[in-house]
This record gives sequence, C-alpha cells and structure tokens, in this order.
Amino acid sequence: MQALEKFQYDNKIVRNFAFATIIWGVVGMLVGLWVALLMVFPQWNVTGAAGKETIGLTFGRLRPLHTNAVIFAFVGNGIFMGYYYSIQRLLKARMASDILSKIHFWGWQLIIVAAALTLPLGMTTGKEYAELEWPIDIAITIIWVVFGWNMFATILKRRERHLYVAIWFYIATFVTVAVLHLVNSFEFPVSFLHSYSWYAGVQDALVQWWYGHNAVAFFLTTPYLGLMYYYMPKAANRPVFSYKLSIIHFWSLIFLYIWAGPHHLLYTSLPNWAQSLGIVFSFTLIFPSWGGMINGLLTLRGAWDKVREDVILKFMVVAVTAYGMATFEGPMLSLKSVNAISHFTDWTIAHVHVGGLGWNGMLTFGILYWLIPKIFKTELFSKRLANFHFWIATLGIIFYAVPMYWAGFQQASMWKQFTDAGQLKYQFIETVTYMKPFYAIRSFGGFLFLVGAIVMMYNLFKTATKGKLVANEDAEAPALQKIFSQHTGEHWHRKIERRPIPFLIATLIVILIGGIIELIPTFLIKSNVPTISSVKPYTPLELQGRDIYRREGCYTCHSQMVRPFRSETERYGEYSKAGEFVYDHPFQWGSKRTGPDLAREGTLNLKKTDTWHFNHMDDPQAVSPGSIMPAYSFMLDKELDTASTPAKIKAMRTMGVPYEKGYEYIANKDLMNQAAKIQRNLFNDSIRVKPNAEVLAIIAYLQRLGTDTEKNKIAENKN
Amino acid sequence: MSVLILLIGFSILIAGGFLVAFIWSVKKGQYDDDYTPSVRMLFDDKPITEKKSSLTPKQK
Repeated sequence: MQALEKFQYDNKIVRNFAFATIIWGVVGMLVGLWVALLMVFPQWNVTGAAGKETIGLTFGRLRPLHTNAVIFAFVGNGIFMGYYYSIQRLLKARMASDILSKIHFWGWQLIIVAAALTLPLGMTTGKEYAELEWPIDIAITIIWVVFGWNMFATILKRRERHLYVAIWFYIATFVTVAVLHLVNSFEFPVSFLHSYSWYAGVQDALVQWWYGHNAVAFFLTTPYLGLMYYYMPKAANRPVFSYKLSIIHFWSLIFLYIWAGPHHLLYTSLPNWAQSLGIVFSFTLIFPSWGGMINGLLTLRGAWDKVREDVILKFMVVAVTAYGMATFEGPMLSLKSVNAISHFTDWTIAHVHVGGLGWNGMLTFGILYWLIPKIFKTELFSKRLANFHFWIATLGIIFYAVPMYWAGFQQASMWKQFTDAGQLKYQFIETVTYMKPFYAIRSFGGFLFLVGAIVMMYNLFKTATKGKLVANEDAEAPALQKIFSQHTGEHWHRKIERRPIPFLIATLIVILIGGIIELIPTFLIKSNVPTISSVKPYTPLELQGRDIYRREGCYTCHSQMVRPFRSETERYGEYSKAGEFVYDHPFQWGSKRTGPDLAREGTLNLKKTDTWHFNHMDDPQAVSPGSIMPAYSFMLDKELDTASTPAKIKAMRTMGVPYEKGYEYIANKDLMNQAAKIQRNLFNDSIRVKPNAEVLAIIAYLQRLGTDTEKNKIAENKN
Repeated sequence: MSVLILLIGFSILIAGGFLVAFIWSVKKGQYDDDYTPSVRMLFDDKPITEKKSSLTPKQK
C-alpha cells in the first residue's frame, strides 16, 4: 500500500462559477421574458442613439442577447461550476493551476460582458448562436484553450487511473466545441467589430447549422450528461444504474451527434443527399439518448421514496425526463414529413425550451441546491422555498411549452390551408394576430420560471451567508502507481513526450488553424461561380442595406428560403435555388417565420412601392394592422455610413464576389445614384428624406430580394 | 458545395480522434472493471485523521 498524499480541493473557483451561473441565469431569463413580451407589446421595442451608433432594445437585437446569455453565460458557467467541483474529486487532484482557473473564470465573464454590450449595439455576425464579432471570437478561443489546458493538465496529474465516464463527456465537450468554433467563426474582418462570414449562401448555411446543432449537442448536452452522471448518483447516494450502459451511451452518442446538423436545413436548397445523411444520423440518435435517459432515471430504482422527500432529486428527475422528451422529439422533428410542419413555426421554440428550461435549467438548479450547502459546509437555508421553486419552475415549463406547441401546429396549419377554390385561405397577418394569446400565455410561463430562479437566488444567498466557504477542502489519496519506469539520461524531447496531451492539443490547434487558412479560401472562392447567370452581386447601396438587415437581426423573425411546397410557392413565389445565394456573406435564411418570408420580397407578385416600405419601417402597425414588427423610424433620419463602402466592396471581392478591380473607388457614386432614385420615388409621394438616410439602403435591399431569377423568367416568357 | 468536403473532413477528423481515444481507453484497461468506478465516485476522500478523532476511547 502506498503512502497517502495530502492535498486540497479548490472550492473557491467552484463558488465563483456557481455565483456567476445564478446571476447570469437570472439576467438571461429576464431578457427572455423581455423579448417574449415584445411579441405581445410591439410598441415596447425602442431604439436610441448611442453616439454614431444606435442602441436597440428591439426583438431582433435582444433575441441574440437572450440566446447567448442563457446558453453561454448561464449554462456555460453551470458547466464550469459542475466541472471544477467534480473533476477534482473524480481525479483525486487539485486543479493543475489556480492561475489558469482564475484566467478562465474572469476571461469568460469578460466575454459575456462584451456580448452584452455589443449585441444591443447591433454588432453581430448575423449567424444564429454565433453572433459575436471576431475580436470576441478570438477571446473565446483563447479562454477555451486555457480551460482545456487546465483540464488536461489535471487529468495527467490524477491519483485515480480510471477516468470516470463524466470526464469523458467533459473531454468530448472541450475538443468538439473547439473545432466547431474555429470552423464556423471563419470570418473576414472589415473593421473592428464588423466582419463577413467567409462562407456564402448554402455553404454558410451548412457550416452554420453543423455548428448550430453541435452547439446544442456539445454545449447543452454532453457536458450536462457528464454532470448528470456525477451529481445524480451523488445526490441519490447510490451508483448509476449501469456503468456499462453509461460507457456505451457516451461513445455511441459522440460518434452520431457530429453528423446531425443538416436536419436544420430540410427542404432547403441544400443537396438532398446531405439532408438524408443528416436525417439518418438524427434519427439514430434516439438510441443513445434514451439509453442515457433510462440510465439516469433507473439510478433511482428502489429509491423513489427519496424523490418524494428530496427536492434536489425532484429537480433532477424532471431534468432527465425533459431530456428524454426533447431527445424523442428531436429525431421526430428530423423526419421530413414532420419537419415540413414544424419548421419555421413556434413548435421549434417549444422544443428548444423543453430542452433549455427542463433539461439544462432544472439540472443546473438541482446541482446548485446540492453544491452550495456542501462547499459552504452548512444546510440549505429553506427547503420550503426550494420546493416552491421546484413547483413554480415545473408549472412555468408547462405554461411555456403547451401554448407554443399549440401555436406552432396552428401556425403551420394556417399557412398551408387552401380554400375549395384553390386559393390560400389566410393572409400571413391573420396567422400573426392568431398567435398573440399564445405569446401572452408563453410570457406568463417564462415569468413563473424567472420568479423561481429569483427565489433560488435568495435562498442560496442566505445559505451562503449562513455558512462559511471551505475555500480549500482537505483530501487524502494514494499517489498513482507508475506503470512505466523512467529512463535515466533522457533526450530533450522526452519532456514533450511525457506531456502527450497538451502537446496533442497544441498540435491539433496549430494544424486546424493552418488547415483552415489554407483550405477555406481556395475551396470557397472557386465555388462562388454562380450556376444561375442572372444572379449578380449586390449594388453598394443594397450591400449596405443588407448590413442594416443583419444589424437589426431581421433574420430572427423573417426567413429567406421558400421551400418547395405549393402553400409556399403560392404565397411567396418560385422555391429557392442554391445558385441564388452565392454572394450572400453571411446567409440570412433564418429559422423562424414570425413574419413572412422575404426571399422574393422584390418580385412582381409581392412587390410593394418604395413609399410602402418607407411607411412600413416608420410604423408597421399603421401599414399592416395587427403586425408585431418593431418600428424602425430612426432609420428615416440616421445617416448611412458610406465611408465603409470601399472596405466592404474590397472584402467581398477578396472572398470571391466579382466586383471589378478598382470598383471600390467609384462604389459610393453608384450608391448615391441609386439612393437618389429611391429618394425621388418617395418625393413623388411627398415624402422628404435625406439623400443618405439609412432607410434608402434597406428599401433598396428589400426591393432587390428575389429579382435576379425573376429576370430569367421574364426573358424566357418574352422568347 | 465544396464546403461539404471540408465539413465531412472535419467530422471524420473528430470522429477519428475519438476512435483513437476509444481504442486507447480499451487497451489501457479503462473498461476492464465496469462496476467499481460507479461505486468509488460516491466516496469522498476525507482525510483519515478525522475518522481517528471520531473513534471512542474504548476503541483506541
């Protein structure tokens, strides 16, 4: 028997991440409630001036703030909290470096603050769940490497040879998120805090959803499964139902998840075989997911009486049940026939919130209630308040999910309904007004959930002040017995060899960055050759308008993708083709139709006058009664930043958009000419507007949408 | 759609990495025992001195 070694666990870092989880959780949910209310009270959308920029408290700008806050701030800190506590105990070792832990903590909080400042200012890449601009992306990369380095260094100095299954989940999380982030964040900086995605159109869409789905998989799922495998047995004080099953669960899950991304793009212009590939893997995912869910629930076999008493187990049971429901629904939603109904509707919103509120939220709460008394060496302040939290949160989920499922199904049915005469039965606006009561009930559900979180904040704060933090917890374990004896008189590279994992990571990162920089431009520029000859690059004014579209987050409510269904071609026109998007950096297909699709907004059967668009931007409700769109009246006065035009044109050309050499010098002349035309049209309807008002650019962009392929049609008809 | 090649490449790279990790873990005997780890994680490594002090004088 080897001598016991004395060491101490670092609980301070756990406390820091735990407090950050609580605070950001409440903030993220508050913003969530706010955006939910904006859909009921559109007049609450406000935009104010912030120097040359605008600060927008509008749905389009706040929705990314909500998603980023709950995913990367609430769940992110939750992962790190659970991970720093469990990994030290599972490996029987203190974290390798306290300094790296601290850098990780403060770096992550700074990134969150940067996100909270830039997103309302409209600084966004326009790609869902990856909205943060390039300098923040770089910061995320650095902090992520710090996190991984610290983790692997701890694994190497562990006192327990066997890596418990939770640790495998953490490793998979680290590695995969690193790769996803690097590949998806490949963007071309135009200025500080403005960049374009290197990928265009269909390619951008595919990379984005490869990333987007795996963000769900490897940020919201695998780390939380790792946490489930640690905290559920701990809270129930009994081993996991089947350790063997947990191992099978882990390996099968990670091999399948990475291929599932294309199910977000069913019936779009993505090649069919890629869609099918995504469907097959998405469907198969039900097996490992349910294996894990069953393993979690059966851990409580013979201990269900404990669940009645113990509020922590209650939270965990609801969490794992929600995981089971969401991972049953996921594969179903990946089936084409179901997706045809659910996609672009509020059904998706219901689905993600069962996962987000149920699985991530409830598991985080359960862990917090278990962990805070432990590290503060005291009892929970109030069990009654915790029970109250449990019930109000569960009710909140029900009040959220049920109306959204109903709304989503209703929405799809109304969009697809034809009259006997073969006409679309409902105007789009009728489906919007129909949704309002559902949006109101959903907000109430969100409110209940938020109240629960605030009660928890109070309860845990009281618990923390009641006890005293055990910053360094004493522990004792025998050192790991060496399997290999060490050679004497070693070569210099032996040092590297003995640190295989940090070395491996460093190599992987270098290879990846190198590979990306080498491969992507050559790959992508070649494929920007349009297959539809009438598709031309945007004019400078349209390009500026497109940047405004992206800044305001229009894609959070409007899609630009007509699917090949009669109900859609009747409403919007010809279905979308891959070749139409070759100059779209980034793509703006969107994933939700709170408002109508805009892919064909400029074509003859949908065309509105410039004056209509002007008035609609000024006051959507006046032009379209019942609309819930925010007013963008500030665009009527705000001047377009034309100084950025040359840099934007140049950036686009570098990425393969065929603007002629030197065009950037005369681009602004073209821009002003086109703006003057629109200005004249407005003047004819007695509307006076500055020659460089932003509204002219957004009108130009909207009037352009879908017109390129229409030219082809008109030409064909003439022949 | 050349980006498909890129993504499939990266996906295979990740999956391949996990495959290597899987083979490594099996070879290192990580899964030779598929029960003990589930019980071992339930124990905290509290210093033994604490236990000693809890012994009654008689036992000493």
